[in-house]
Amino acid sequence: MRYCRCAIRWLSMIALCTMVMTAQAVIETYEFSDANLERRYHRLSDELRCPKCQNQTIADSNAPIAKDLRFLLHEQLESGASDDDILSFMVARYGEFVRYRPGLDSNTALLWYGPLLLTLVALLALAMHLRGRQSAVSPVEPTEKEREALRARLGESNGGQDSQL
Amino acid sequence: MPRLKLFLPLAAFVLLSLLLFKGLSLDPTSLPSALVGKPLPDFELEELHSGEILSRQRIIGEPMLVNIWATWCYSCRVEHPYLLELAAQGVQIIGLNYKDDSVKAVGWLKDLGDPYALTLADSEGRLGLDMGVYGAPETYVVDAQGVVQYRHVGVVDAQVWQSLLVAWFPEFRREGVSQ
Repeated sequence: MRYCRCAIRWLSMIALCTMVMTAQAVIETYEFSDANLERRYHRLSDELRCPKCQNQTIADSNAPIAKDLRFLLHEQLESGASDDDILSFMVARYGEFVRYRPGLDSNTALLWYGPLLLTLVALLALAMHLRGRQSAVSPVEPTEKEREALRARLGESNGGQDSQL
Repeated sequence: MPRLKLFLPLAAFVLLSLLLFKGLSLDPTSLPSALVGKPLPDFELEELHSGEILSRQRIIGEPMLVNIWATWCYSCRVEHPYLLELAAQGVQIIGLNYKDDSVKAVGWLKDLGDPYALTLADSEGRLGLDMGVYGAPETYVVDAQGVVQYRHVGVVDAQVWQSLLVAWFPEFRREGVSQ
């Protein structure tokens, strides 16, 4: 009997939790005249960034502005606009910022070529490091002249120590 | 030379610290407006009080602030008294009542005072969208030719006015507006 009551309490708690979750997931659905349009809708809404909540796409976000942009996107797709038309419409209003794949210009060049640049720098550093190690490891026999100089220096330092003692 | 190499990690650390320190003082939510340097978009919207249909041509002609506000926007209430002060000094402010209920908006202006020379009722948010508005409050500086010069996102207060906006209103620069 006690076990049963406990189970009911748990079940009702779980039910409550699921209710809260469904209440939060209210993103509107649109009807498309063509499956192709729907595919483009999903692709574009995944590429457009929500201006208000900057780390989300408009497909992810519940912000009112994201909802407006989804509405607009649907409207434009249905009216036959091309992907380029839609993206340039959005960029004209919200700037390159609104695209997760911004076009290439002086502001975004570092964004596009930065990784390539870093890779080049890393390769260069690696090459320099390897070369340095090679020359350090390779045994080079001292010439007779160098041996002579070394011997002289050793003798000199011994002599120096002796004189200090 | 090998001595100098020992300082490389320190140099890298200092550079990175400077970069991150700079990052701390940047506001990631302030976006440059795509509209700066471009004419204010055309529109046909009702004036909030009179119901008269207004167009872009009708409102431009002198430097002005276009202030995006709504009764659902808490920060708009915060900046409202300062807008009243600016209007009292003679700054031309056009209100854009953004995605709002007109009855509520009229009530708000009656209760709190009306700093706006004209208020456009953009209940659908269409002009807001054309201007790249993504929240309220936002304030645009529009020059006498109707070209957008600057966009400020967030509350307008004495500091914002003095440091960012007054540059486009030279006649108000010297006297200033008291806090």
